[in-house]
Amino acid sequence: MTAAPPLRSDRVLMEGSEALVRSAIAAGCRFFAGYPMTPFTEVLEHFARLLPDVGGACVNAESELEAVGMAWGALATGARAATGSTGQGLSLMQESFSEITLAELPLVIFNMARGQQDYYQATRGGGHGDYRHIVLAPHDISEGVALVQLAFHLADKWRNPVLVYGDYLLAHTQEAVAVETIAYPPLPPKDWAVDGRASGSGQSRNVTPLGVSKHGQPAFGQEGRAQYAASKIPYMEREVRVETAFLDDADTVIVAFGTPSKFVRYAIGRLREAGHKIGMIRPITLWPFPYDTVRAAAGRARVIGSFELCAGQMIDDVRIGAAGQAPVEFIGGVSTDGSGFGVGRLLDVDVIEQRILALHTGQPLGMIPGTDVYRYELAPHQKEPTR
Amino acid sequence: MTSSGTSSGASSGPHDLGPVLDTSTAPDGARVVEPLLPDLLLTQQHQMCPGCGEPIAVRGYLEALVDLGVAQQSIAVVGIGCYTSFSSSMDVDLVQALHGRAPSVATGVKRMLPDRVVFTLQGDGDMVNEGLQEVLHTAARGEDITCILLNNGVFGETGGHMTATSVIGQRTKSSLDGRDADYHGYPILIGDLIARLQGAAYVARGSVHNAGAVARTKKMFRRAFETQLRGEGFSFVEVLTMCPTGWFIPTADGPSYMQETLGEVHVMGELKVDGRIRTTEELHDENAARQAEIEAQLAAGELRK
Amino acid sequence: MTRITVKTRGTVTVDVETCKGCELCIPACPPGVLTMSDGVNRTGFHWPELHAGCTGCAACLLVCPDFVFEVFRYAEPVDHEFDSETP
Repeated sequence: MTAAPPLRSDRVLMEGSEALVRSAIAAGCRFFAGYPMTPFTEVLEHFARLLPDVGGACVNAESELEAVGMAWGALATGARAATGSTGQGLSLMQESFSEITLAELPLVIFNMARGQQDYYQATRGGGHGDYRHIVLAPHDISEGVALVQLAFHLADKWRNPVLVYGDYLLAHTQEAVAVETIAYPPLPPKDWAVDGRASGSGQSRNVTPLGVSKHGQPAFGQEGRAQYAASKIPYMEREVRVETAFLDDADTVIVAFGTPSKFVRYAIGRLREAGHKIGMIRPITLWPFPYDTVRAAAGRARVIGSFELCAGQMIDDVRIGAAGQAPVEFIGGVSTDGSGFGVGRLLDVDVIEQRILALHTGQPLGMIPGTDVYRYELAPHQKEPTR
Repeated sequence: MTSSGTSSGASSGPHDLGPVLDTSTAPDGARVVEPLLPDLLLTQQHQMCPGCGEPIAVRGYLEALVDLGVAQQSIAVVGIGCYTSFSSSMDVDLVQALHGRAPSVATGVKRMLPDRVVFTLQGDGDMVNEGLQEVLHTAARGEDITCILLNNGVFGETGGHMTATSVIGQRTKSSLDGRDADYHGYPILIGDLIARLQGAAYVARGSVHNAGAVARTKKMFRRAFETQLRGEGFSFVEVLTMCPTGWFIPTADGPSYMQETLGEVHVMGELKVDGRIRTTEELHDENAARQAEIEAQLAAGELRK
Repeated sequence: MTRITVKTRGTVTVDVETCKGCELCIPACPPGVLTMSDGVNRTGFHWPELHAGCTGCAACLLVCPDFVFEVFRYAEPVDHEFDSETP
């Protein structure tokens, strides 16, 4: 019998929410505001417990709308600050997200989503105007710890919000993690921040999404502000991150992100052992999306499958990436539990393996078990399109 | 004091006013009683309408900050309304917020920089319509910030629509026949509402309809900022301001219209001081007493601000 | 014709081109020594003109929305004399 490996004393068993919060604090986050909502609530709880110990502040705001407002104020002073919720709560924050992006504030946003159906909200934005947020999608808690710190760095690097896309599984499972501060290249000082000391000097500053500045100083104007913000987007696209597996000989390539991608990876592992030439692309940044990686894979593969726990959102980006070089099929589906918060029937390695194999062998995909009852039926007045 | 309307020259009063004096340059041998601009204003230029009360209020709180010696530790959080354009002329570090959202942004600023004087500048549409929840909760939490409300009973910037503070009978573009209680409901007396929250330490309602009111309002700004500096909790100054454009009345009628409509419902005075909410009767008595006092000062040529 | 002497303790400067002709200063002046001009400025507004008798109380400045006034007080009151047709 071999001896057990030595215990790593730097690792502590904790739930994902706590690990992400500890990582944020390690990155220097000193302000958080949020509103309880499942499965995000524990993030708020951990910030409330841990921030005061490092001289920070956490406010349980009166709604999500005020939570993002408070983070806005904290960011304006030059502090590292974050907010978060689940998708429904982030819906309330959208106006502020658009304007915070125009104001070039480095907000970090946590979405502990109820599935993968917030992909559009995260990558297209539910707010008005031309803006993009960098979106990081960890597939497990360890990666989540690293990506949270990357989020704060990228947010400051680009003066642009960064969203961390988590979910119920990530938030509520426990793993042994060691949260350490990751060192990044130095960033310039925040000379745009306001702290009151320039007031009355003739050199006071505005932190604003409007193209307005102080009397006598040059100003963007509204059009200029929007053009300036839009012209930042191509530069941020260089921050794309992706993980791939078995692409060299893959006839079928599956694209999946976040915690479900681990299930997909495991299923693919089993299928490869059985001799099937299946590969995988896991976007780590949902925006910028790894279009080039998909394009290269589509050039060699027969078919691309998009696996998502929703009605199909990331598949749009997969299709853009494939650029018609290979057909793209949806092999995911709406899947949640009775409460609507968490995992459902589809997050099952056997079911996933079946669906991948069906795609790979050209068989029809079966219905997701248990969904037969809930198919839309056309009413007589809906049978014909309106011309 | 009767309004002289558009008449000119010396023929309107009972006595001959004599020739017009030269007011183009500063006189020799005289000291400045009041400078053209407050220290914290970068320019006279603004885009407010003739007769707008908002710039009058802006002068008041900017002077109060300088008088208290806290100019170099002040941060403004500005909402969205006509007054938003003062964000470029106020020489104050400033964060622009969205419509109704200034109190939460100010909360974030103050939590990170507790020793700064943080204040919001909002209109009634911004604060009492869009942002009612924000200001109530910020007051209830007792955040050590000062919220300043410029209350003209209309959404001025969008052209004169009814807000939550518009009074019964007031004609606006969304209450063309006058605000009707059955159809439109009743106005919210926001100063009175906030006074009843335990976290609110100082609550006052000023006005800029005449010189005495302007002077009293400046004192309210000072007491509000002092409340913040002492860390006693939330402070609030509501200021009734004229908006002849949004009220669809002649410019010169602004002050009298305001006193007869908004001023009758939103009563001027210090609504809450030292933890005590004052009664409407107390406010009316004080207003009468202060009016008499101020008229005497003005007649003697001196107005103490 | 009567010779009138008015003791004047203070005075103002008026930024004519900035004035928007709102006339709030006219009723605000306690000695009533402001009247609106016949002429108009470049924007088309009448502006306030000053007569003898200013006390330097600054009421006009307090109520002005446009930062038109600067207010001064003389070290010693000045006598303004003029001939009046009004008895």
